[in-house]
Amino acid sequence: MTSADQIVALGHVSYDMAHLIGAVILMMSFGLLYQRRLTAVIRLYSFQAMVLALAAAWQAFVQDAPHLYASALIALLFKGIAVPFALNWLVRRLGIHRTVETALGIGPTMIAGVGLVALSIVLVLPVTASAAAMTRENLALAMSVVLLGLLMMITRRNAVTQVVGFMSLENGLILAAVGARGMPLVVEISIAFSVLVAMALFGIFFFRIRERFDSLDIAYLETFRGERR
Amino acid sequence: MTAFFFGLLHTVLVLAVAPLLTGLVRLPKARLQGRQGAPAIQPYRDLWRLLQKESVIADSASWLFRIAPYLVFVSVWLAATIMPTFTTDMIMTPAADLIALVALLGTARFFTALAGLDTGTPFGGLGSSREMFVASIGEPAMLMVIFSLSLLTHTTSPANMIAYVTGGHIGIEVSAGLALVAMVMVAIAENGRIPIDNPATHLELTMIHEAMVLEYSGRHLALMEAAAMVRLLLFMSIISSLFFPWGMAFVDDGVAGVALGLLAWLAKVSALAMVLGFFESLVAKMRVFRIADFLGGALLLALLATIFLYVSEAV
Repeated sequence: MTSADQIVALGHVSYDMAHLIGAVILMMSFGLLYQRRLTAVIRLYSFQAMVLALAAAWQAFVQDAPHLYASALIALLFKGIAVPFALNWLVRRLGIHRTVETALGIGPTMIAGVGLVALSIVLVLPVTASAAAMTRENLALAMSVVLLGLLMMITRRNAVTQVVGFMSLENGLILAAVGARGMPLVVEISIAFSVLVAMALFGIFFFRIRERFDSLDIAYLETFRGERR
Repeated sequence: MTAFFFGLLHTVLVLAVAPLLTGLVRLPKARLQGRQGAPAIQPYRDLWRLLQKESVIADSASWLFRIAPYLVFVSVWLAATIMPTFTTDMIMTPAADLIALVALLGTARFFTALAGLDTGTPFGGLGSSREMFVASIGEPAMLMVIFSLSLLTHTTSPANMIAYVTGGHIGIEVSAGLALVAMVMVAIAENGRIPIDNPATHLELTMIHEAMVLEYSGRHLALMEAAAMVRLLLFMSIISSLFFPWGMAFVDDGVAGVALGLLAWLAKVSALAMVLGFFESLVAKMRVFRIADFLGGALLLALLATIFLYVSEAV
């Protein structure tokens, strides 16, 4: 096998692998929508972040870009371990109900999710017609994860699950970023830290909301703002 | 000529191996529950015992109740002969495709449900209604899986699909992965395994398949049980042949190739039986109303598999 053949063969495998890892992340986004228990939602989010770390590490290996290993490590440590740990601590500390309250049933949410995946594909394909198939697919997958994160924020009543939706949306952004060549490390580190800061702010908010309304159901916020009735 | 012989061998083997496979699934379950467990050949003894017993039929039962076990057994057995397992060189394989296979399984389900309703007992009716509820989502999901595989391999015939996959025309496809997950979910539902149904109990609140065949006894029950065992083997063969076809023999492979294919097939379905046993010990039975979510998930995965074919330009 000549070196050119090796590159072609590796290109094919790397394409398939990146594609597969991205699909696993997307499946986990669907899992987040499907799951009904709060602790399971947080655990699933943690797994998603770990698979994201794997995706980043794979891209680092394929693109021969060592700084992406740093992104992988950030994803693993912050998003895979620190954030779920903090969320679990919050859930215990706040003593909130362990079941997820949905604003829309699980079935309709899943159907909406598939619709969003189709939408992201329809959007991404014409825009990136000239790009390589690897980038296109990665972008389509990442955009689906982002949209599913948004959907989760919309369809959940509990503030904690909304935060998990936000975090999984951010996973989608990182997935898009590691797939594109030449993403500076500074940007990535700043995103990771802003997520941590957001996490801390959310924590404080949870305590404030609970203190005022004795619940984390954001429906109370809506009546407080005068949006209903 | 070889096709005829291998087809015949396969037809007999499917029937001979199916009870053993059901026994194999029970082994890891028993061990994980801390029991010794019955030997793997226990299902053969059960069938033999049932065949020797008298068949008691309710006064209110019609002729349909008597013929349903035969129809169900023959449809499932026929469906099993379509699916190539150790070689694609079988006389029944070119005769029908995967869509016909789904139709045959649907026929079997239809007659089981009718038989459940026939005696007019509440449990039979309850089981039939639940079975139809499961089928109304499970069947489209299975068809969707078959459609996405057909789009990927440009054929609905299982033999051609296997030849296409082993020919190295496709790499690691996301669509195939999604279709595999969806297919496993459908297989669990269609065979009434945990989390959908528990084949080991007769608990009135949750049973589906057992409720429909509750009125059967003797040789009729033996046929119904055998049909369920063949169906389990069929689904495992579908998963092993379509998604992991390595080791299978093709039309021009000699006897050695077929022997290898036979060994590979037995190894694959035994491994799947073990995995199923472990999986059933790990998960809890679902509420009946959550089955719709579970199978809806399978349907959506199959749909996603089709959508992703267009992204990766495999079509």
